[in-house]
Amino acid sequence: MFKLSLKLAASVGLVAMLVGATAASAKTLVYCSEGSPESFTPAMNGTGTSFDADRPVFDKLTAFERGGTNVGPGLATSWDVTDGGKTLTFHLRKGVKFHSGVNGFKPTRDFNADDVLFSFNRQWKPDHPYFKVSGGKYDYFNDMDMPALLDTIEKTDDYTIVMKLKEPNMPILANLAMDFASIHSAEYADFLMKAGKPEQFDQIPVGTGPFIFVTYQKDAMIRFKKNADYFGEKALVDDLVFAITPDPTARLAKLKAGECHFAIAPRPADLEEIKKDKSLSLISQSGLNVSYWAFNTEKPPFDKKEVRQAFNMAIDHDAIIKEVFLGSGTSAKNLIPPTLWSYNDKVPSYSFNPEKAKALLASAGVTTPLDIDLWYLPVQRPYNPNGKRMAEMMQADLAKIGVNAKLVTYEWGEYRKRMQKGEHMTGQLGWTGDNGDPDNFFFLRGCAASKGGLNVTKWCNKEYDDRLNKAKSLSDIKERTKLYEEMQVIEQEEAPDMKIAHSIVFEAMRAEVSGYKQSPFGSHEFQGVDVK
Amino acid sequence: MIKFILRRLLLTIPTFIALMFVTFIAIRLVPGDPVEVRTGEHGISPERLAYFRHELGLDQPVWKQFFDYVWHLLHGDFGVSLSSNEKVLTEFLSLFPATLELSIAGILFAVLLGIPAGVFAAVKRGSWFDHTLMGAAVAGFSMPIFWWGLLLIMLVSEGWHLTPVSGRIDMINFYFEPTTGFMLIDSLMSDQKGAFLSALHHLVLPMIVLGTVPLAVIARMTRSSMLEVLSEDYVRTARAKGLSEFRVISLHALRNALIPVVTVVGLQVGGLLAGAVLTETIFSWPGVGKWLIESIGRRDYPALQGGILLISSLVIVINLLVDLLYGAINPRIRHGG
Repeated sequence: MFKLSLKLAASVGLVAMLVGATAASAKTLVYCSEGSPESFTPAMNGTGTSFDADRPVFDKLTAFERGGTNVGPGLATSWDVTDGGKTLTFHLRKGVKFHSGVNGFKPTRDFNADDVLFSFNRQWKPDHPYFKVSGGKYDYFNDMDMPALLDTIEKTDDYTIVMKLKEPNMPILANLAMDFASIHSAEYADFLMKAGKPEQFDQIPVGTGPFIFVTYQKDAMIRFKKNADYFGEKALVDDLVFAITPDPTARLAKLKAGECHFAIAPRPADLEEIKKDKSLSLISQSGLNVSYWAFNTEKPPFDKKEVRQAFNMAIDHDAIIKEVFLGSGTSAKNLIPPTLWSYNDKVPSYSFNPEKAKALLASAGVTTPLDIDLWYLPVQRPYNPNGKRMAEMMQADLAKIGVNAKLVTYEWGEYRKRMQKGEHMTGQLGWTGDNGDPDNFFFLRGCAASKGGLNVTKWCNKEYDDRLNKAKSLSDIKERTKLYEEMQVIEQEEAPDMKIAHSIVFEAMRAEVSGYKQSPFGSHEFQGVDVK
Repeated sequence: MIKFILRRLLLTIPTFIALMFVTFIAIRLVPGDPVEVRTGEHGISPERLAYFRHELGLDQPVWKQFFDYVWHLLHGDFGVSLSSNEKVLTEFLSLFPATLELSIAGILFAVLLGIPAGVFAAVKRGSWFDHTLMGAAVAGFSMPIFWWGLLLIMLVSEGWHLTPVSGRIDMINFYFEPTTGFMLIDSLMSDQKGAFLSALHHLVLPMIVLGTVPLAVIARMTRSSMLEVLSEDYVRTARAKGLSEFRVISLHALRNALIPVVTVVGLQVGGLLAGAVLTETIFSWPGVGKWLIESIGRRDYPALQGGILLISSLVIVINLLVDLLYGAINPRIRHGG
């Protein structure tokens, strides 16, 4: 039967190969993506897979440089910061065209301030006509605390937007470059509302971006074409196709067979094979994330600095990187990854030294054997591929210094909730950066986050917190960098947690792909990318 | 006959109710609700959590949620998918043709190979072919679909470059809007040279993978049924009349031997849809199986409930049809007057 099957496959295959080889008329880039997007309105989405699928269509007021975290002009060409950092005035780009011909919509005007107002008010104002369309979930707008930050957004003329903040906050410029802040066409929204089909706004997108949406077939593919009128870095291919391929083994096989040019998230076990294959290329950089082991500083003995330092020395980092991350992680010593500005490389890392750890524990008055709880992640996260395995290794290391760690876990939602309440003694967690601003990591050890829950160490240090709040209000990057560097020194000394690792993100593509720049956010962008 | 159909139709009602109840409860027993499962490290504020639970009706008692669901169902409303905000029925109907195309191909593959193989094995009983075929059938039946699919991809697509790895058509060279959702038909209608062959080419491996288990079952069933029939008196009589062996087997024996095979083919349809879940996942085949798997991950209650109910209804209807067909082709079976 096996032979029969193969014969059939072979014969049909051969015929099809002979006939199927039609010439490609236009240049097409095929990206093997992971899944279907939730919607085509980034503000309603929460996953990288969805943002990747929306991004080709849209622009934001500010923009991250391709392949970096620096913020530059987008649909706003410049901005003024006044009123001690509380007022931001954006000067909008003129002559920007929205995509024409999508879903029967033909714009009659260029992009202007009304589109900016529409895009933010939809997420912000519950009485906005589009607020409830398609379910009204605007997770990122809320996660980034925009309702708490924004006082008013107004236009003073068609090309000027004034944003007033409740308190000075410079990281908001980076927030505005995030996908949730994508600018939509207010005219298209009106067009669909009049046609009685407002829900299509989130299914058939119209933006100003480098690619124009063509079609989407759920779970199969998304197709875009080049926007020849784009104001920024133009697309070098005529068509961009997302071939939705959830299985990583199938993605690699398709990449090797030339059925796609680029594949997301290769499995660590396949990395060697990809490196050896001359028709493929593999690039990597550390991800915008960190995994850490948090000590609850409100619970003894972790209220003592020496104990926390001792625990930092008790764990063999290198073994964890090797065994748990299988080469797809790099040891962490700071909260922010090395790709982020203000990373302080001068901060020393704790070296693995069980003897010194024991001595430190003794000097802090801790008697062994000591019983502690060690909460481990119940799910795989981008920064931690296997919480349980990691916890077992930590447990074994701790036993060597006379500490009995009891392994505890809960369902993911429950785990997070209980940890934010501070029920744990020690526990694994981590963070994935949102906007590439160091504040987006450092706030995790601030006093406000300690009360709010996200600071699961419950550590609140005045020296650290003052700097954190001051840095947020400064527009000068150099001054901010200095403060952040000092904060990393304070945090290392105080050791409210043990930093474990930053993941390494790998990208696999065909050798004929050129011009791709890996994003520290783990996002995928295809303008400026070519296929030979 | 009409009485029989009515009785069978009435019997499906408790099955439907049980189905609705089980799918409704089972998905709610999985930890994490649709709102919480979306949140990452940021978590979600208690106010927003309460707001969304209210919006989705999840703050209601479970019995009330169930009765609301049934009430809407009775009005033909399957609800709206929580992840895509599309109507569940619309989403199902847009994906179902892909599953149907694959299933038809799989069952055709199984029937067209399985019946001749079973007949041949029965006729050549005890020969090396018989032993090999029956050995292969046991292997085929017990083979995990996931493993078999990946193995074929590695051998046929990666190793020998005979078939594409996954998907339904070559996306680099062909593009057309779907009209029927059946890629073979749409590609023919597209007037793009080579599109149909590309679609056919993409169908080969998934068809083999999905058709393997039914193929094994059908081949075995045909063989045993054929063996039974070949020992009947009327076959001996046919031979005694001096008919050619071909006529004896194809006209006299096979027609009767096929009766139980029809039932088995019908029963395979349920299994085929279950197999489609895995096959679609391996081959990135955009059908309802893959959609259901993803809906579990997202705790998309309406999509899951609606999807499972629709698929189950289909299986029930097909089983009913098979029962009727069985009566039609086998006059010895009477459906209670």
